[in-house]
Amino acid sequence: MSQEATVAVSPGTEKKRQVKKPRGEPLLERFSALILAAFILLVWQVSVPLSGISEFVLPTPWAIASRIVTDFPLLISNAYVTLFEVLAGFGSAAVIGVPTALAIFYWRPVERAVYPLLIALQTIPKVALAPILVLYLGYGWAPKITLAFLIAFFPIVVATVVGLQSLDKGLVNLVRSMGASEWQTFTKIRLPAALPNIFGGFKVAISLSVIGAVIGEYVAAEQGLGYLQLLANSQFDTTLNFATVVMISGLGVMLYFILTFVEKKVTFHRESAK
Amino acid sequence: MSVPAAGTWMSDGVQTAEIAASSADPKGAAVRLQDVSKIYQSRQGEDIVALERISLDIAPGSFVCCVGPSGCGKSTLLSLLAGLIAPTTGRTVIDGAEVKSAHPKVGVVFQSDLLLYWRTVLDNILLPVEIKKLRRADYEKHALELLEQVGLAGFEEKYPSELSGGMRQRVAICRALIQEPGLLLMDEPFGALDALTREQMIHDVQRMWMRVGNTVLFITHDIDEAVFLADRLLVMSPRPGRIDLDLTIDMPRPRQQSDIHENPNFARYVRQVREIFEAKGILKA
Repeated sequence: MSQEATVAVSPGTEKKRQVKKPRGEPLLERFSALILAAFILLVWQVSVPLSGISEFVLPTPWAIASRIVTDFPLLISNAYVTLFEVLAGFGSAAVIGVPTALAIFYWRPVERAVYPLLIALQTIPKVALAPILVLYLGYGWAPKITLAFLIAFFPIVVATVVGLQSLDKGLVNLVRSMGASEWQTFTKIRLPAALPNIFGGFKVAISLSVIGAVIGEYVAAEQGLGYLQLLANSQFDTTLNFATVVMISGLGVMLYFILTFVEKKVTFHRESAK
Repeated sequence: MSVPAAGTWMSDGVQTAEIAASSADPKGAAVRLQDVSKIYQSRQGEDIVALERISLDIAPGSFVCCVGPSGCGKSTLLSLLAGLIAPTTGRTVIDGAEVKSAHPKVGVVFQSDLLLYWRTVLDNILLPVEIKKLRRADYEKHALELLEQVGLAGFEEKYPSELSGGMRQRVAICRALIQEPGLLLMDEPFGALDALTREQMIHDVQRMWMRVGNTVLFITHDIDEAVFLADRLLVMSPRPGRIDLDLTIDMPRPRQQSDIHENPNFARYVRQVREIFEAKGILKA
């Protein structure tokens, strides 16, 4: 009883302490990743002229940054194209993947028939399908979206199935003892409990979708960041090439953080999961 | 009143009047088991008799403890009454109605608290109300009262992760009580708690029951806990699950843990239970 009493006297202090903790860390530790990144960029910036490598071969970070600024309209208009492909591919993977996972979870025959097939298909490197997709779907949006979809689908399905399966059986008994229907069991227990896993799958899938879309553009495209990179290559424009790489990773990071933000809104903060 | 956790359940003075009132108006449900057996199939296809032809009548408002080793069928008994499983033979009847699925008059407290970590304490307590599609607003006040009674006033907006094990189990008890169940089933509810918290919880459950006056079936493997709490003690043994002893525990209430061990009756009851377990080879002398 005594240890409860100490908590009970001041409800809320526990949580506040946890939130405050990172602020107490030394500055160097808090920003250690940023400091390391800045250091690497600095070494890069300084060593290019010192080593005598031509900026034509290896542009400095500063040159890349200024190129992004000067050619921003070109970069951003191509980024929109890639973003659209990623969102369409990822979105359809989520919209089809989550119900597929539900079907695998709820219906044994589906699990028996579909799950092994999915895992077998997963062993095919999706990027190897890109040329075939172009063959069938042409040069437009379709092959890129399809590739982004294919590459995102599997992690979403697996994460959702695992999330649904890992539910504590006691919770099912609990709501059944309250007279819950299977639909209520799903909405009140299964889905909320699986959400952290589902979002884990989404986060893996969104980064893969970016790869899928760009690979699709490498194979055949008239616009998009992948296309822009090939264009820069053909013109020996290394700086623009690097600038495009920065844009692609920026796109991935941005989408990842948007998902993390949505996750925080939709699910309960994860550290209290157990 | 230094500690909120030591709330109304423990303030003896207030209780006495309420106890008199509750015993005059029993709110408990009557439970009847007729020839109930439960046979499971093992993976090898053998029959495992979890319960064998149990017949039992539980009077409304009584506190029944069921004590026995693992596998004696006591949890099966509870699952039957909760409507989670169906008996292989026989009938389970609560207040005249046969149990076929979850019974609206039954509340269950499980061994682990089973709180939903994404819901606040209040939302956890109101979960049964939501599931039965009743109006939340009608039960909010009652939920807050229950929290106050278990010494958790002001904790309604907290999340389970912010509470200790004992506090979480108190919230689980509030959740089971929110609809004022005629029958409260408790399945080793304090098995996961440390000894001191456990002692406090046992004491508090006695208080709760004396105030509410419902029927309680309390399952445990702790003999002292069972004797302390019970009006009636069922001693069970496994393979097949049977009731070996049906003992009426006659000791005045409220019982106090501070002096219960000096009570010669308490020692006698405990010895009686132990002798059965020793005779069955469950405890070796």
